[in-house]
Amino acid sequence: MQAILKSVDRPVLIAFGFIIVLLLAGSLYSQNFLSPEYLLQQLKIASFLGIIASGAMLVILLGHIDLSIPWVVTVGGMMSTAAGGWWGPTGEALALPFGMACGLVFGLVNGLGIAYLRIPSMIFTLGINAVAQGLMVLHTGGFAPQDHATQFMHWLAVESTVFGIPNAAFVWLIVGILIVFMLRRTPLGRYIYAFGNRESATYLSGVNTRAVLIACFALSGMLSAMAGVLLAGYSNKSFQAMGDPYLLPAIAAVVLGGTNILGGRGTYLGTVAGVILIVLLQSILAVMQMQEAFRQMIYGVVIVAMLLVYGRGAKVHG
Amino acid sequence: MTGLRLWLARSYGLLLSIVVFIVMFALYFGNFSTDDPAAVILSAANTGVLLALVAMAQTVPVLTAGLDLSVGMIFIMTNCIASALVVGTPLQVVAGTVAVILSGCAAGFVNGAIVVWGRLQPIIATLATSAIYIGIALLIRPVPGGDVDGDLADFMTGQVFEVVPVGLIFLVVVVLFIWVPFRMSVLGRGCYAAGSAEGAAYMSGVDIARSKFAAYVLSGLFAGLAGLMQTFNTYTGEASAPSGGLYTLNSIAAVVIGGTSLFGGSGGVVGSIFGAFVLRTIVSLLFVFDMPPLWQPLFQGVVLLLAVSLGAARVLRIRNRLELFS
Repeated sequence: MQAILKSVDRPVLIAFGFIIVLLLAGSLYSQNFLSPEYLLQQLKIASFLGIIASGAMLVILLGHIDLSIPWVVTVGGMMSTAAGGWWGPTGEALALPFGMACGLVFGLVNGLGIAYLRIPSMIFTLGINAVAQGLMVLHTGGFAPQDHATQFMHWLAVESTVFGIPNAAFVWLIVGILIVFMLRRTPLGRYIYAFGNRESATYLSGVNTRAVLIACFALSGMLSAMAGVLLAGYSNKSFQAMGDPYLLPAIAAVVLGGTNILGGRGTYLGTVAGVILIVLLQSILAVMQMQEAFRQMIYGVVIVAMLLVYGRGAKVHG
Repeated sequence: MTGLRLWLARSYGLLLSIVVFIVMFALYFGNFSTDDPAAVILSAANTGVLLALVAMAQTVPVLTAGLDLSVGMIFIMTNCIASALVVGTPLQVVAGTVAVILSGCAAGFVNGAIVVWGRLQPIIATLATSAIYIGIALLIRPVPGGDVDGDLADFMTGQVFEVVPVGLIFLVVVVLFIWVPFRMSVLGRGCYAAGSAEGAAYMSGVDIARSKFAAYVLSGLFAGLAGLMQTFNTYTGEASAPSGGLYTLNSIAAVVIGGTSLFGGSGGVVGSIFGAFVLRTIVSLLFVFDMPPLWQPLFQGVVLLLAVSLGAARVLRIRNRLELFS
């Protein structure tokens, strides 16, 4: 038991503690809050954020940040629905991989720009976000592309098959397993943590740091687009700015899960905890039917308060 | 001579942004057929001043190697507060204006407190506080509305001698009487010191905590002034979160275009002002050249990307790859 406790970070434990507190607080407010149906519904919603946060976490582990998430999510959604309109049944079959591939391209461009031009990721991904937005406006404006999700996308995002567990949660599970495997069992995973701790030392140790950086941004783009495909399936259509509400929660989830925003430290379990935390918080605030104004304020205050409990940096000492 | 060369090397970004702005504005002005050139300049100045003030607000925390993702929301919040308070008798108008500026400072104070005393990373702390500020804005203005003193608004968005926009004069006054004294003060120097080497600054006895605190409060002050100007421009308050987010993102771009390093320690608000003007002129240029509306967002994005990529010229001069990591 102690060994298990030791292997888990303190921030992760506290984050799970907060989850239990939130669940109890929610159950005081509404009987339905602890019902399996409601929790499974929350899990479905959490899956979309979870997939985006997985990519965001990889980038944050490097000490970088990906601000192109909103419109890369939208690219994923729009391209996957448009594929069916362009290539008929073949396109529908390829909707998911095609959407992800488009996200991958944006991620690759992010990575290349940051690795070779050495432009701070915060500003370069911002620019790519604007370019992605421009391309999507152009895409919807001129040609009235197909925006209906395919049946498979709808099935993947909305339906449940095994024990009522939503399919989307299984997608998140697969993504999670792959990422944990990559971080813990492959050289790339080691390089990511090393890069986040000190890039120059990693480079001097013979690691191709540019490749590591490009890989992380490419994965982040691909995962954002994948979540976009699922979101399009969830609402049965793709639309502009569909990814806008996901940037801040994704970053907040990663940081609440104990990942250091300066890079080098963090576990995937923490990110899972952070995602569940954010989704539960949002859903409690929604259930309470509070004014939007108070919802926003409480959301902000709670995040600051949680971070003050365990996310504080070290004091400056020379 | 070496002094001049040092100054040139340090102000490279600032000078570049000024040149780019002049070229772009000349293009814009030259292709705009109008009988009333002063009106064109006035409307360009009024939209430019708003982003310039928000970009100034972004610059100060960036100089300390921080970041303020809440400037856009402070801007929106003070806009809403101004639409409720800056109206009525002259005394009420004055009191309201002071209250708006103080509320901007208060928002900056909260950011500073969380960053300095709470020791949270600025990027995530201000991300969270921006939710609080947009909440306050929504509380005041659930739907767009409100009013502002008409005479004051018309004066602040008008011209003196029918040529010079008051907004630009206001901007110059803010720079000369708020930024320059701050830059010269111990606090201002502390901001630059904390941004370029926090540990070394600490060991040299610089009061880092106080400097960072001042940086965030000053940031809130600038954002508050921007909110005030926004109210003078629109006569209403609107709690629009997308608009706030856009201002935040554009402010970061303006700071970078203006030659301030996102790693802190070098740059200044004057560059950011020109960075903001460059960004605003891009939008105006698209109108002048009859760019199809559908292509505008893409063109804007590409220009933004190219503008921030100018900073990459540094990479070409580097001989030893290790220098890249510094």
